[in-house]
Order: sequence, then structure tokens, then C-alpha cells
Amino acid sequence: MTVELSLTRDPAHIRHGSNIGQPMTRTDGVLKVTGKARYAADNHPAGMVYAVIATSCIARGRVTSLDVAAAKRYPGVIDVMTPAHKPELAEDPDAKGNPFAFRMELLQSDEVRYANQAIAVVIAETLEAATEGAALLSPRYQVEIARVGLDAGEAYAPPVVGIGNPAEVRHGDIDAGMAAATKLTDATYETPAQYHNAMEPHAIVAVWDGDRLFIDTPSQGMGFAQMRVAGLFGIPPANIHINSPFLGGGFGSKGLISGPQVLGIMAAKLIGRPVKLVLRRGQMYGPVGHRPPTRQRIRIGTDDAGVLAVINHEARVTTSSFDDFYEPAADASHTLYASPAIRTAHEAVRVDTGTPLFMRAPGEATGSIVLESAIDEAAFACGIDPLEFRLKNYAEVEPTTGKPFSSKALRQCYARAAERFGWAGRPLQPRQMRDENGFLVGWGMGTATFPAIMFQGNARAVIRADGNGVMETGAHDMGQGAWTALAQISADSLGLDFDQLTFRSGSSDLPDAGIAGGSGHTATVGAAIHNAGAAVIAKLAELATTDERSPLFGAGNAGVVARGGRLHRRDDDARSESYVEILARAGLAEVDASGSGAADAAAQSQYAMHAHGAVFAEVKVDPELGQIRATRLVGAFAAGRIINPLMVQSQLRGGMIWGLSFALHEEAVMDHRSGRILNANLAEYHVPVNADVPPMEVITVDEHDPHVNPLGIKGVGEIGITGSAGAVANAVFHATGIRVRNFPIKIEEIVMGLG
Amino acid sequence: MRIGALVRNADLAHDAEFARSYPAVAEALLSGASAQLRNAATVGGNLMQRTRCAYFYDAGSACNRRWPGAGCDALKGENRLHAVLGWSEGCIATHPSDFCVPLVAFDAVVEIEGKGGRRELPLEALHRLPGETPERETALERGDLIVALRLPTEAKDFARHARYIKVRERTSYAFAVVSAAAAFRIEGGKIREARLALGGVAAKPWRAREAEQVLAGARPDPAVYREAARAALAAAKPSGDNAFKIELAQRIVARALTLAARGTPDRIPALPGSPFSSVAGA
Ligand SMILES: Cc1cc2nc3c(=O)[nH]c(=O)nc-3n(C[C@H](O)[C@H](O)[C@H](O)COP(=O)(O)OP(=O)(O)OC[C@H]3O[C@@H](n4cnc5c(N)ncnc54)[C@H](O)[C@@H]3O)c2cc1C
Ligand code: SF4
Repeated sequence: MTVELSLTRDPAHIRHGSNIGQPMTRTDGVLKVTGKARYAADNHPAGMVYAVIATSCIARGRVTSLDVAAAKRYPGVIDVMTPAHKPELAEDPDAKGNPFAFRMELLQSDEVRYANQAIAVVIAETLEAATEGAALLSPRYQVEIARVGLDAGEAYAPPVVGIGNPAEVRHGDIDAGMAAATKLTDATYETPAQYHNAMEPHAIVAVWDGDRLFIDTPSQGMGFAQMRVAGLFGIPPANIHINSPFLGGGFGSKGLISGPQVLGIMAAKLIGRPVKLVLRRGQMYGPVGHRPPTRQRIRIGTDDAGVLAVINHEARVTTSSFDDFYEPAADASHTLYASPAIRTAHEAVRVDTGTPLFMRAPGEATGSIVLESAIDEAAFACGIDPLEFRLKNYAEVEPTTGKPFSSKALRQCYARAAERFGWAGRPLQPRQMRDENGFLVGWGMGTATFPAIMFQGNARAVIRADGNGVMETGAHDMGQGAWTALAQISADSLGLDFDQLTFRSGSSDLPDAGIAGGSGHTATVGAAIHNAGAAVIAKLAELATTDERSPLFGAGNAGVVARGGRLHRRDDDARSESYVEILARAGLAEVDASGSGAADAAAQSQYAMHAHGAVFAEVKVDPELGQIRATRLVGAFAAGRIINPLMVQSQLRGGMIWGLSFALHEEAVMDHRSGRILNANLAEYHVPVNADVPPMEVITVDEHDPHVNPLGIKGVGEIGITGSAGAVANAVFHATGIRVRNFPIKIEEIVMGLG
Repeated sequence: MRIGALVRNADLAHDAEFARSYPAVAEALLSGASAQLRNAATVGGNLMQRTRCAYFYDAGSACNRRWPGAGCDALKGENRLHAVLGWSEGCIATHPSDFCVPLVAFDAVVEIEGKGGRRELPLEALHRLPGETPERETALERGDLIVALRLPTEAKDFARHARYIKVRERTSYAFAVVSAAAAFRIEGGKIREARLALGGVAAKPWRAREAEQVLAGARPDPAVYREAARAALAAAKPSGDNAFKIELAQRIVARALTLAARGTPDRIPALPGSPFSSVAGA
């Protein structure tokens, strides 16, 4: 089905819908299931050797000695890179050039800032020799007392949270709201440290050729990585060639190149041979970012009828001792509920960990589980059904800014998901429902939201004399399906059938596609592709409509539309000409054009742009043993145009499983004395296994958004976590009557609470 | 039945004859680890697996088991899952095996090949409580190898009333917070003989003989299960933030006894050992 869409921006030549919207399976699926997809660590250039990082087992102090001689004596060990023996860097790895430059440990000193920090790199002919060499270094330390946890030091107000958000936001009169409220929920919640734990560890294969550098490494942002590496090694960004066709997950931890990846490049430079460096699972708990722990106090005041008077959401977060990233947890309260007074505020404590970073829904996830739990508490305090309570306080405009929403189909999300779930008739009181086996049953819900973000991205489009097309963009496929979804947009943008298109991506030699983060990649790169396609079609139209020999002569540039490799007259569809004919007559081998995509500042200043959703969860709880199992999850999401329903479904499902994980499983356990992580492995860092994932249903609600971007795309990568985590936690309360305010919900809280 | 030490966990659990004769043992095996691990793990390896105490694995921590006299960082550290029975100030670790729990209830015997030739040992005597010498985890001497495991024929008499129940922090692929194996010989509506052992509570699979005494001769009913549970945990005391495990262990004992009395299911549930195994489709 081909539908012509009304697009906000001009390109009159393109009709989206031939490929966009189709549930195409992944174009790289066969490669992946047959093991032919080549991930970074699968590369073995000739002469390659192995580098293994030696990591610190203290969290704070100095390395006083390393037995380099012992490591070097080990057969196969080539060299040991240490602070005293390493290539010169052109830039201080602690320099802060821009808000996306985070400090990294590149052996610049003997200082230890956190456990699992790199303190040396052993390079050897084999992985085994390098591993053994690293063990033989037997470091000695001067240990200082580690600062661990949310009470480790004096809290201070951070300058900003997230990327440039104010640490405190006030809307309306908080005191008046508090005074007006007749019912007050005042609750303090804690969320734990979490680690991204992408299946594929950070890996790099680095090859130097003079002052050119070739690297295979998983990246969610090749352009940023190029800039950073260029600065560190004093070479032009264009000399750096990054190959990153596939990522085995990133979740934000591969958004910025990490210290260990740069150490691989340094090792290659030091010994003048290609080097491979792959982090071990345990080594990922430190240098590649994490979600910091939070303590959040939230006060929600309402009148007796459950109408909001005030939301005051305060969050304390940790950051590292040496850099600044502040999880914007409280910001989750900005957009969802229509309260006349809203305050969000953050404070921070410095601890001896690696610097926290963006982890899938940074701020939104930590804040959402608390907001949605507290909303559930407030509804319960008023004796109102949680869905009714949310509808009563539905935000018609963005509460903190007063801006209208560019689109917001949240009401439909509530209605569709509630209906599908069978929410009606849910008892208000907890611990009312049992199943046929005597298990306690609980139903909970949460609202999902995530901002529609765009970065800056570029694409280049080509139509060749044979009528086929090429789209090039250095986009990133983290497993989310960019290879497929962006190719679908490309085919439509060029007016071609899918099999007439060559889609090139995953390399820094292609136009910079910006960062795959903030759920904004498809929107950003999609817009760039759309604009590049429109531009190249305009060139074709120009050739045809100005040429007397063309049946399209005189139609005017805007008077033609592209479809199936031909341009058609708008006013007479029967008059058309193929791309092949147009180029042949013009004697051209190809035409090309570039396009870029970015947020429209004017639209942004006018509208609040967010995706929304509603998630409903059922859990069962063993009434004596306290073990919890989610048994049903239903989510409905409105996120603008759906490019590929299959990919979108799997993003949303994956997000919802993360939400379940947040509520019930995930936690990095840290020794409060040493600052070492005690469960830095996938056996004891629990994420849901198949048996924990209940039957799930994901509904996408149609939403046409003429303002967000030319294609009307909002992101779907992160929103699934929000809402879901709270829904599961609220279902546990509904099943048991126990309100657990420390996540993940632990069995002891339920066992002891059940009585 | 004699089982070679190199038999894979999965092969043993899926052996029809074995599962029929010792259903609680098969259920315990299948409740452990993941399918991939069970395909690789051997009988001897499962018996001899080390504690999951994180400080034992963290080379930067003090651990008496690893380094006698170094101290025990678990004692005032993260210890919510540590032992509540048979621990000492020297070590509060637990033995993580599921397999061993019903084995010890059924008086399994290990055959050991050592310097002095072959000998045998009740499984109950294989793992040691820490006392003053936590580094001595088992009764094996240097040079000893477990070559086989034997289950007495009498253990088959419990096959109609035998269960293994395991509470864990996710539905599958997690070690036990606490577990229990319970089995009965019921005759004339009365418990002729009961077997009970707990997992995740001590440095060894914990046979609860006092509880078995309480049950012997009684009619199977909830009051006597509760009394047996109290008896099983009578000597328990928290070693840290784990008082809940004492309560939980009593409830698990009562549950395991209830389910054992109800009768062994015809087939091992799809979620072996799970409290949710009674759910249709589970
Ligand atoms: C992620 C993970 C989750 C797990 N979850 C569970 C669980 O839920 N429940 C559970 O019960 N187990 C669990 N296990 C443990 C698993 O069952 C054991 O790792 C496995 O049984 C070990 O068997 P193996 O044959 O590989 O032994 P190995 O790992 O080869 O050996 C283990 C130890 O036993 C010694 N050993 C091996 N065979 C003999 C012998 N014949 N005589 C003397 N000493 C011997 C070895 O020297 C070594 O010290 C888990 C393991 C992992 C890694
Ligand atoms: S509990 Fe035992 S194993 Fe754990 S640290 Fe202490 S001594 Fe070591």
C-alpha cells in the first residue's frame, strides 16, 4: 500500500509507505544467525597480537609497584604498557573539551580512581600469554579509604544534570501546593547501581598505518569517537577509519569511546603491530559507565478528590570522584502529570567508582519507577483506581513549560492497554486476588514517557545510470535494526523498490550519522536520508522537466513525484519517465546529493515532544515463600510513525523486560568498605532469564506527528523501560500489600512483610 | 545405584530409571544452573563445587578459606545470603549445590580413590563445617578423587513422596536462597519415615534429623510440618543481614513437606524445584 503523506517540509517528490511501515525482517538476520556477521572482535588482521588489561583491585589510592619483569619473562609476552612506558598522547585524557568528553584512564598516572580501572596493559602473541602476563604483574598499592554509597560524603548541588538540564526546576508555587494538599504522599525510594552488560563486551582491533588508524570497534557514535581519538593522538579525524557494522548491544555504554578501547589503540602504536583488546565481563564493571544509585524523596499532594496540588521530586545521585555525570532522575516528573506546582531537584555525592553514564533511559528509568510508584501510593491514599487517578491528572499541555504537545495519544494508550489487560474491576485494596493455586495475584500499572530527541546526522544519496540507488550514512546498528529500518526509509526516499537499493552504513568513512542514543537515531538519520533522497530526486526532476525531449517537460520541478524508479507527472500519472532514461539522455553516470537531519529549533520552542505509553502488569507471589513472578505484561505505546513494526515491537518488548528487571532483579552489589563490585558476572548480576519473562503484548497506537521531524518519528528504544518498572512494582504491592521502596524488590522484604 | 563421577548432570537427571527411582534428586539437579551448564557439569564437580561467597572469589578481600588466618570479609560485608546454620566466626559461607541436598537426605555415599586405595564416605561427612579450619572444605585429602556416588536401594522407597523446593531470586538460573528436599514413606495414613535436608543454609548440605524425628510416626498435617520446621532450624542464628533466611527456611521446609505428602508429580515440572512449579504451564 502506498500512501502519500503530508510532510511538513517541502519534498514534494517522495511518497513514503512503499517500504516504510512494512514488517520487514532484518536484512542482516541471516548473517547473524549463520555466524557470518563480523563483530569487532571477529577481526584478525595479519600480524595481530593480543592486549589484556590489568585492572586495579582497590577503589582508591596509588599503584606503588608492578612486577613488569615477571610479566615480560612469560613466554609470548611482547611488552607491558604502564604509566612509565606508553606512547605519548597529544591531549590530556582528563581534559574536558565538550560536555560529551568524559575523563578516561589511559595510564596517565599511578592513581587509582575506582576498582577495575586499567593500571597496565600486557601485549602478547596469544590471549593466554597476555592474560597470564597481566596476572603476573602482582600490583602493590597504597590504599586509601574508598568512598562508597549515597552517604559517602557531603552532598552538593550539581551544576547541571544529564546533558545540560538544570539541576533544579520549579513550576508554580510549591508552598502553596503543599498547603492546599489535603492528602500527602511522602516517600523515599532507592534504586541501585546497574551496569549495561551488553552481550558483546567492548572490543577493539587497532591497526596503524603511518598516521592513519584503522579500527574495528563497536560504536554508537563513530563521529564522536573519531574526534576523541584524533585529539588524543594528534591526527586529523579523517585519518581515522572506524568500522562498526554490528554491535552486540550498547545501551549507552558504547556511545562514547571508552578508556579500554583507546588503550588498545595505544598498545598497537607502542609495538607497531595490529592489536586486539577485548574486555572480560568483569572488566566492564568500571570503565564503561553505569547507572548510578539514587535515593529519591517524592512528595505528592492532592485534594480529597485526587486532583494534584503539588509534586516535589528530589533525587540524590552518585557520581565519580573525578568527573561529572548526574543522572537526571527527578526530571521524570516534568511532563506526565498536570500539577499546578512541580519541583524537581538533584543533589550529588562523589564516590570512588567509574563515572556513571547514559544507560538506556538515563534518568527516565530511575525517575519513572519512583514517580509511578508514588503516583500509585497517592491514588491509593485517595482511594482512587490508579488509572482513573492518572486520567484525572492528565496533562493536556506540558506542565512545567505550558507548551502544547506536538502529539500525545496517551489516552488511547491507557484505553487500549487497559482493555487488553482486563483492568476493569480491579479491586482497590491490595491482597484481594488469588489464583487457583493459592498464589497472591496483583495488578499494577505505570505511564511510560520518553522525549523525542534528535541529534545531527547526514546522508548521501545516489541514483545511478542503471536506475538503482545508493544511500550512504555512517549509522549504527546496535541490534535494533538500523540496517533494515533506515534502508526502508532510503528506498522510499529514492522512490525505489527495496531491492533496487544499496544501503551502506556502519563505517566512519560514510557521512557522519551522529550518535545512536537518546532513542533519536532513526528520527535523525531518517530525516537525513529523507532529505538526501528528496534532493537527489529534485535533481532528476530538474533534468527531466527542463528537457524538451522528456514527457515530463514543463511539469515544473514540484510537478513530479517519484515511484518505482520513475518520475510521474502529478497531474497525469500516465506520463512518466524512468531514472534510467533521464540519466541516459543527460549522459550522466549518476546524480548524487546530500541531506542532513536535525531537530527543528522553531518547532521545538513551540511544542513539547514526547512519546508516551501505558503498561499494565500482573504478578503472582507465593504467599509464604515470597517468591515473585511476573505473569503478564501489556503495553501500549504512541511513538509517532512506526517505520518497521517488527523492529519496534522488539525494542518495546526489550525495554519492558528491562523494566521488569529494574523492579525485580538488577543490582550491582558493592562492598561498602572496599568499593569493589561483588557480582561482576552474569551468574550473580541478575537480569531476567526466559523463565522470568511473562507473556507480553505490545500495542502501537497510531500517532501522526507533523512537528517532530519530516517523517513524524519519535523514538522507541528506551520508552519501554519507563512505566514498566513501576507497573511491576505496583503489581507487587497490589498482590501483597507490601510497598517496597528499595529496588530491586528483594525476597526478604516480601517474606518478612507477608507475616 | 552407582553413578560414575564423570556422569553429566543433565544425563543423570534425564535418565528415566534414575528419575523414577530418585525423583527429588532429579528435580534438584534440574533446578540447578542452566541447561548449558548441566550439560557440562559432572557429578564429581557438582559435589565439589566451591562456595559462591563473593569474597572468596575477590582476590582483594580477606578470606579464611582462601588464606587461613586472613580474616573473613563476609562477616561484616554483604552477607544476606550467607549461612544461618553451622557457621563460625571464621567462615559464614554456604555450599551452593542443589544436587547434594536430596543426596544427603537419602544417605548417599561417595567412593574415593586415594593414595591409600579406595574408601567410601557418607556424603554427609564429605563437606565440613568451617569451625576453626574453614580452609578444610571437605574430607578429601590431597590426591583423593571421587570416582563414584552411590544411592542406597532403600532410598527408592521414598519415590512416591519426594520433592525438592528451591527459592531463588529469579525463576531459573540462580542459586538457592534456601532450598529443601523432603521425602516420606507413608503407610496407613502415617509417616513411617521422613527425610529432610536443607540447602543454602550452611557450609554443607544440611540433614535435619531432629525434624525427621518429629515427623516419624505422625500423621502428615500442617501442624506437624511447622513443628518439624522449627526443629530443623532450632539451632539457626543469623551470621549477618540474613535473619530472614531462618524464617524462610522454616516456610520452605513446611512447603517441601506439604508437597512431598501430596505425592511426587508424574513428571518433573517444567520449572523444577520452583514454588511456581504447580502453576499450569509452568
Ligand atoms: C553460572 C553458574 C550457575 C550455577 N548454578 C548452580 C545451581 O543453581 N545449582 C547447583 O547445584 N550448581 C550450580 N552451578 C554449579 C555447577 O553445577 C557446577 O559448576 C558444576 O557442577 C561443576 O561441575 P564440573 O564437572 O564442571 O566441575 P569442575 O568445575 O571441573 O570442578 C569443580 C571442582 O570440583 C573438583 N572436582 C571435579 N571432579 C572431581 C572429582 N571427581 N573428585 C574430586 N574433585 C573433583 C575440581 O577440582 C574443582 O575444584 C552453577 C555454576 C555456574 C557457573
Ligand atoms: S565467608 Fe568464608 S568463604 Fe566467604 S570470605 Fe568469609 S571465610 Fe571466605
